[in-house]
Amino acid sequence: MQLYQISDLLLDIAFFLYVLSSVVFIVAMTGKNWAGRDPKQHEMRFGRIAYWMAVVGFVAQTGYVITRWVAGGHSPTSNMFEFMAFFDYCIILAYLIIYRIYKMTVIGAFVLPLGVIMLAYSYVFPKEITPLIPSLQSYWLHIHVTTAALGEGILAVGFAAGLMYLILTIPQKVATKSTRWLEVVLAVVLMLVGFILMESTFARMDQRTVFELTEQVTTPTGQVAPAKVEYTMPAIVAPANAKLIQEGPMSPWFTAPEWMEGKDAARKLNTMIWSVLSGLVLYGVLRLIFRKRLAAAIQPSLEGIDPELVDEISYRAISIGYPVFTLGALIFAMIWAHEAWGRFWGWDPKEVWALIVWLFYSAYLHLRLSRGWIGAKSAWMSVIGFVIILITLVVVNLVIAGLHSYAGV
Amino acid sequence: MDQRKCECGHTNPVGTLLCESCGKPLEVDLTDKAAFPDMRYEGMARRSQTYTTTIVDRIWNTFSSVKVAIWIIVVILVASGVGTIFPQQQYIPVPVPTELDVERFYTDTYGVLGTIFYQLGFHNMYSSWWFVLLLVLLGASLIICSLDRVIPLYKALSKPRLNQHKSFLKGQKLYAEAKQPEDRSAEEILAQSAEALKKKGYYLFQTDRALLAEKGRFSRWGPYVNHIGLILFLIGVLMRSLPGFHLDEYVWVREGETVPIPETPYYVKNLSFKVEYYSEDEMVEKLDLKGGAIAKNYQTDAILYLNRNADTPGAKPDLVEVQSGPIIVNHPMKHEDIYLYQSGYQEMKLGALNFTLIDLKNGDKEVGAIKLDLYNPSEEMQVAEGMKVRILDYFPDFAMGKDGKPITQTNLPKNPMFALEIIDERDAINEKLVYLQGSILTQKDNPRYGLKIEMPDLVDISGLNVRTDKALPLIFFGSFVFMVGVSMGFFWQHRRIWVQLQEGNVLIAGHTNKNWFGLRKEVQGMVEQTNLSVTLEDKTKA
Ligand code: HEM
Repeated sequence: MQLYQISDLLLDIAFFLYVLSSVVFIVAMTGKNWAGRDPKQHEMRFGRIAYWMAVVGFVAQTGYVITRWVAGGHSPTSNMFEFMAFFDYCIILAYLIIYRIYKMTVIGAFVLPLGVIMLAYSYVFPKEITPLIPSLQSYWLHIHVTTAALGEGILAVGFAAGLMYLILTIPQKVATKSTRWLEVVLAVVLMLVGFILMESTFARMDQRTVFELTEQVTTPTGQVAPAKVEYTMPAIVAPANAKLIQEGPMSPWFTAPEWMEGKDAARKLNTMIWSVLSGLVLYGVLRLIFRKRLAAAIQPSLEGIDPELVDEISYRAISIGYPVFTLGALIFAMIWAHEAWGRFWGWDPKEVWALIVWLFYSAYLHLRLSRGWIGAKSAWMSVIGFVIILITLVVVNLVIAGLHSYAGV
Repeated sequence: MDQRKCECGHTNPVGTLLCESCGKPLEVDLTDKAAFPDMRYEGMARRSQTYTTTIVDRIWNTFSSVKVAIWIIVVILVASGVGTIFPQQQYIPVPVPTELDVERFYTDTYGVLGTIFYQLGFHNMYSSWWFVLLLVLLGASLIICSLDRVIPLYKALSKPRLNQHKSFLKGQKLYAEAKQPEDRSAEEILAQSAEALKKKGYYLFQTDRALLAEKGRFSRWGPYVNHIGLILFLIGVLMRSLPGFHLDEYVWVREGETVPIPETPYYVKNLSFKVEYYSEDEMVEKLDLKGGAIAKNYQTDAILYLNRNADTPGAKPDLVEVQSGPIIVNHPMKHEDIYLYQSGYQEMKLGALNFTLIDLKNGDKEVGAIKLDLYNPSEEMQVAEGMKVRILDYFPDFAMGKDGKPITQTNLPKNPMFALEIIDERDAINEKLVYLQGSILTQKDNPRYGLKIEMPDLVDISGLNVRTDKALPLIFFGSFVFMVGVSMGFFWQHRRIWVQLQEGNVLIAGHTNKNWFGLRKEVQGMVEQTNLSVTLEDKTKA
């Protein structure tokens, strides 16, 4: 067995353990009201088991990082798959650090599922180890990307705690603006889950839909040919001015508007439609099962938790994540940009979005410290902040192309 | 200055929230706990709260307001985001030589929204006057808000008040009260508390009835240090637009060529350029590259020269070598504050055309070789004894102009056209011919001399970006100061714990700017170690 295969295996083990740990965390939370149990003890016992599963998973993932680093000769942060897997690694690491400080296990019931989603998301991208192209051959790649990912991972824990705070404290007796927005947040999380489910199922089924565009491209071998677009998911939306050359499982319902540029624009739109639909279906099914708002369904299992402590954990995570993020995503980034391109800042979309994340959290800190925004307001901001991070990591890479975008899906 | 008198007899400056002497809140209804004054500066007066009448005061107050600061930050944030909806002009993927092409690009590519984006000037947003103005406003706000608060903070921190008024202690988020145990004296209780807190690293201030334990005071300076870092950073950014601070030039250099770097006394020579690709056995896993290859290295071996005659206009360049070596992506060549970056290349471009001159009337006898350098052609060449070739006309990138005359579209030899004169001095023959797109057109129908086309010289051209950024040290120093400040403020917290004996009661209060969890744990620890039967009250949960 080759080293890179060992590394793949270790990552699979970590993934499996994170899933298990999430399940046990949820049992720790929901099971405490089961008949004949002492709630405190139940939560302690299962919480501890789940925590240790997460620790072992983390150790396995550390093994993955090291073996992949050795096998590839560079830090596993050079393409979208590696980056998302590393981001997940940082989320788990941040959770373990926060746990060491606050000894609050149940935060894991929010962080670990988040970790599972992120890791599953990374599996959607091509996994091969590729050699580094010249622009990535710098030790700043390791320093900048790992630090930035760590900062984002810690901020993600701030988000998980913020979300937990909202579910815990927003009154669910009557529908309000807050309950509605909270359902929207949960539905968006389910859309991410939906995307991962759809993508991995259809990738396995291998029923591709292929379109030929009028646009001509030069193939790597030097011939000029019409561009082709391959969908793994069934086509709901076809590219504008395209010819269907391989039928998929269904025929498209409509074509993408012409202003959507780029040969993959329609495919991305198609993927997005599927994610939204599947997320909504998941949400609908869960609502039918629980017969109440999802947040209202989760709320009772959080009973007995001190909201103020959760609020503080969210804030603490953000106030630790903020300096790390600044250092990694802005300062190290500027140093590297100076070495590689001769300008420390170029207003490339990725750079701008890192700045936006930073400005947003700066606003958060000022609002919290100087204007007394604590509790719900601050929790909402931690949620929005994480959405901006996801935009930076995912949307900017995949939709707005720039100097930084990793090739791939 | 208007003064305000506290019930303890002390007179405070206007704007003071807590009496400077006894710490009793002024002008606050004490039954309303939510309205307890902000503890950040211990109620010290700030300029912005003291003077509010003149225009200068108003401007000062606007900029020192955190609310305004947050608005500035949010506006910058939103504007920055809007600027990424479509690419900035500098990132347009196709050439747009004129302003009209720029406009057309946005309209054609992004439709109506693109047109609006262009019309609003968002395609050059980050250098627009209003965006720069926002950054200047942010800087002004940073400077003023820091000045406004630094003295009150200094006062608040340098005079830790020991004997706080009871209402002050009760106003703290962390507060507890208990009967004084009968078996212990005030001194004993204070000594025990002091002992417990000292172990946790607190500094102690004591009288016989009161104890103040404090730690992490320096962390309160964190925000000021980080704001100073930001100010330095912004000054650095604004300095770059001053003349001489910033240089950004691009030169294309052929292999073997030496070119001057504009705006500098330097010349650069390209010795050779190469591109390397990864071989299969360098890949960890087998990859399907669909016939392509992955680049491994782009490298120009270069020499940097200084022209010693740069200051004498019209003088011949006198070059001395100052630096030599490879220029690789991510590893620029550096000399003093000038950096040379490998940033583009064109492989296998025409460098020179090669011909053999043949004598058509003499059994196609080869007379000699002709090399026409496309970048720097010499006007006249000696081909053989008594045989010369003169260049009459050269168009590097030939096209027919509108008026029917030949023109060149660019300076690059993409489509070279030569008009040549062949001079045979011995036989007094003078023939003209033209080379264009791989064929030779002769003037005469039956010429004596002809040209055989040989393989042209192909060269690699390297694109080097030359930069200087004199503000960079300041910018990075500012960033460093920012990090120091943020670390001070976030990884340490300012904590204060008061223990007082008043009227047979032990009063305990605590304050921190962050991390109440940590503070509570320490106060709890102290309570346990001193065996006081108090339960810590949690105000916010009431
Ligand atoms: C992008 C610009 C800015 C950044 C990144 C920034 C960053 C920070 C940070 C990290 C803190 C510490 C927060 C905490 O400890 O929780 C802070 C505190 C503070 N900032 Fe800013 N700041 C910025 C602009 C401003 C401006 C323009 C003002 C002007 C009103 C301002 C006023 C303050 C104040 C009053 C504090 C609290 C100081 C204290 O606790 O004594 N900030 N800032």
